[in-house]
Amino acid sequence: MPDDYRRTLIRQISQHAHSEVVGQLPEGNWITRAPTLRRKAILLAKVQDEAGHGLYLYSAAETLGASREEMLDQLLSGKAKYASIFNYATLSWADVGAIGWLVDGAAIVNQISLCRTSYGPYARAMVRICKEESFHQRQGYEIMMTLARGSKEQRAMAQDALNRWWWPTLMMFGPHDAESYHSQQSMHWKIKRQSNDELRQKFVNQTVPQADFLGLAIPDPELEWNEERGHYHFGEIDWEEFSRVIAGKGPMSRDRLEARRRAHEEGGWVREAALAYAEKQGTRAAA
Amino acid sequence: MSAALFEYTLRLGDDALIDGQRLSEWCGHGPFLEEDVGVANTALDLIGRARLLLAYAGTVEGKGRGEDDLAYTRDEREWRNVLITELPRGDFAFTTVRQFLLDAFNRQLYERLCLSLDATLAGIAGRAVKESEYHLRHTGEWVLRLGDGTRESNRRAQRALDDLWPYTAELFESDPVQEQMEAQGIAPATASLRAAWLHTVEPPLRSAQLMIPGNTWPQTGGRQGMHSEHMGFLLAEMQFVQRAYPGQAW
Repeated sequence: MPDDYRRTLIRQISQHAHSEVVGQLPEGNWITRAPTLRRKAILLAKVQDEAGHGLYLYSAAETLGASREEMLDQLLSGKAKYASIFNYATLSWADVGAIGWLVDGAAIVNQISLCRTSYGPYARAMVRICKEESFHQRQGYEIMMTLARGSKEQRAMAQDALNRWWWPTLMMFGPHDAESYHSQQSMHWKIKRQSNDELRQKFVNQTVPQADFLGLAIPDPELEWNEERGHYHFGEIDWEEFSRVIAGKGPMSRDRLEARRRAHEEGGWVREAALAYAEKQGTRAAA
Repeated sequence: MSAALFEYTLRLGDDALIDGQRLSEWCGHGPFLEEDVGVANTALDLIGRARLLLAYAGTVEGKGRGEDDLAYTRDEREWRNVLITELPRGDFAFTTVRQFLLDAFNRQLYERLCLSLDATLAGIAGRAVKESEYHLRHTGEWVLRLGDGTRESNRRAQRALDDLWPYTAELFESDPVQEQMEAQGIAPATASLRAAWLHTVEPPLRSAQLMIPGNTWPQTGGRQGMHSEHMGFLLAEMQFVQRAYPGQAW
């Protein structure tokens, strides 16, 4: 396997794993406050799935010779990137719906494409992850539907969540193709199968009718159907905000990393205990 | 309706829900990823169990209250969970030792409840006993690792056990509700339950080099709705959305 191909894959898969792990936090913020027991159970199961996705993906990266410790160090030191979307705050229950609907919806568009990626272990992890993500997306949409059909306050909550999550979700697909640093090489190696702009357009096309069905307005005055192109035309992303958040200056960037660091540090003595115990057991077995 | 059956079922449901609520606080904050999955899994089982029990309590009560009415609109004095479940999560040793003590209790309780003359409770117990068996395997292994791991982990686990032990007496308390349920063949006798529980927890604690504290006095009150000062905050957090926007569907 060519070194560059390996390095590129490790970077992409570990970033993806980090995103799953950090991605537990924004929705995890609402588990203890979920408004019904059914919602609480679903949300807990969903966030647990994300931890599980993190595990498959770290394992897929390990097949390429990267160790979990190494990858974790890179995340905690702030060196590795993860999906910027998780650097935004979940401010109301509707955000849990919006994340499922939009963020998981965008993730699926990306990941369906990755099911055909050239590296087998990554592609196979994606197949399983996509199945779970599609459940996540549906539960998010169902929350939005309940709110959209609810009281005036609930509809306002849903609209506010859409307003805040729409643009960051479009940013998830990355820079325009012309400015995407890694894209071309990854396309050539068939790690990436469709371009950022293609995937973003696909997401917009499938999501606009869903918003219409909810009776919610997408916060983009330029949004309109273009008959000629057979696509929705949409406005320009605020690329300054994009760069700022990628650079670790998002509203929750500090908190997310701090939460991961704290969990890791506070878990240090637990991991040491588990190792010490395993060693003692080994010695006892040998004796 | 049977007031005692309602009360008894509520106790079981509240124990499961408050324990699950506390455990779910760990989601995303565990010492490593495998444990994030593990703890969330147990929390999920407990919340699922609470849903079945609270829904049934509502049916027994016959006033049209469902699982969410019971979970989200009762104030502190109406909650019936044992105090041990509502204590803040503490460190991983505290959470693990608490869960171990409760898993061992639930394992014994639900095994006996499978034979309950109340068919619904027996049915719920059939599922719960399998879950608790598995939870106990998980926390039992962790008690060994923490107790017999490093000096630091032993110190933390011992401190947790010292803090938690006085709260375990409440699990075996008897009162007219309990007596009536026992007399009707619905609930198992608390005395035999305590013996079986001790038999379950003592050997692993001993192997883990952990000492059961002597000279403690029982800390109780939950069954009468006399809670710790932590409970109000737990409820404020859990019930926030329903309280802020009453009477809406979510």
